[in-house]
Amino acid sequence: MPPAGQAGRKTSRFSPLMRQVLLYAFGLVPGLLDITQGVLGTLGANPVAVCLHAFGRYAFRFLLLSLAITPVRRFIGVNLILYRRPLGLLAFTYAAAHVFFYVGATRHFEGHILWRDFTSRPFLTFGFLAFLILVVLAATSTKRTIRALGRKWAVVHRFVYAALVLACVHYSLAFKTWHIEPFIYAGMAVVLLGLRVFKKPARQSV
Amino acid sequence: APPEAVLARGWPAQQAPTPKKDVLSYNNFYEFGTDKSDPAELSGDFKPRPWSVVVDGLVDNPRTWDIDALIKQFGQQERLYRMRCVEAWSMVVPWLGFELGALLRAAAPKAGARYVAFTSVVRPAEMPGQRGGLFSLKWPYVEGLRLDEALHPLTLLATGVYGEPLPNQSGAPIRLVVPWKYGFKSIKSITRITLTDQQPPTSWNQMAPNEYGFYANVNPMVDHPRWSQASEQIIGEGSLFSAARKPTELFNGYGQQVAGLYKTMDLRKEF
Repeated sequence: MPPAGQAGRKTSRFSPLMRQVLLYAFGLVPGLLDITQGVLGTLGANPVAVCLHAFGRYAFRFLLLSLAITPVRRFIGVNLILYRRPLGLLAFTYAAAHVFFYVGATRHFEGHILWRDFTSRPFLTFGFLAFLILVVLAATSTKRTIRALGRKWAVVHRFVYAALVLACVHYSLAFKTWHIEPFIYAGMAVVLLGLRVFKKPARQSV
Repeated sequence: APPEAVLARGWPAQQAPTPKKDVLSYNNFYEFGTDKSDPAELSGDFKPRPWSVVVDGLVDNPRTWDIDALIKQFGQQERLYRMRCVEAWSMVVPWLGFELGALLRAAAPKAGARYVAFTSVVRPAEMPGQRGGLFSLKWPYVEGLRLDEALHPLTLLATGVYGEPLPNQSGAPIRLVVPWKYGFKSIKSITRITLTDQQPPTSWNQMAPNEYGFYANVNPMVDHPRWSQASEQIIGEGSLFSAARKPTELFNGYGQQVAGLYKTMDLRKEF
């Protein structure tokens, strides 16, 4: 039997896969609502900017949530590992939409402008590198690649910490003045990374 | 008045005006908040009357003007101007107002006057963006022009938009409009205009001198460090999946009128 049964005390009505799919679908709702409003014309004078920025924040939030799974298990003793993959895939999905809105909707896929953006503007370079990492992580998140990579999988997926730091820098550079939101996100990132440093004193496998 | 009448006066914007609802709901006015929707949504407590504007400094006729006396004295012309924000979006706005030069000539600048300093209003009780804010701009918002820029016939003191008095979110009751410069030069809710012999400090330049210069002339060749200025998004056009863009023009397309002001300058250095 799949290992998912270990998470629940009582048997759920839904299979583990179904629960992952439901979480993923539920996580797409805010983005779909934004797009619906944008198409209906109720997002104001610049719906592209609203969606661009909202999707970046959604990606960041799901990235933080996916990184909370391990500390929650270690320090609170609640095992939500089943939901880490859909949370990570939601972060990737929103990051992809965020990049699409920038590259496609606002830059019209103009290669020379994008090249200059990504080579000469740290703000965009940091964000794009974070996205590239999420691409790799999403592409290696299938059961088959997890099995094929074996122990290397964990090494590859440690790059998520790099993606998190890059995203923090990218977000903090996104405003004309210093805003409080990037610091809140970065603070949460510091907490989530810091909790991983306290690996040793944690209980032996529960 | 119909914008066609404005076009006929020789101040062509080359495009139709941006829809009124977009002009009045998509604003940068950090005194009310940093989101584009904040100025329209959070400016209800602001009282643009009574209002006075001090004109002083190196002038022979310093004076404190009541806003309605100003409008009565200098009138209101229509001007359809392109507006290019430093954030790489643009609008076309039908302003009402009078030339700043007319007011300055009435004040009679002294021989030593070389710059014009503008000061905006400080009213934290009416302007939520001015309350606290560890990382905010310093208040009051200040701006400046060289005297020859200020005297240029394109430079407008706007008192209305779309045929109506300026709404709070647009800089009521009186604001500057310098159409060949990035929008942040066009200081809103002006309380003081001071002629000086020194280049005055300007708010965004103080905030980030490497990103915002004193001149802030629209220039597609000089990028903002964090984004390209080569093109601009046209507010009010395009769809969610494709923002309408056009190439940005040097001096926002007003080069024929204003390029002469900068003949001897390296625009890359003095950006």
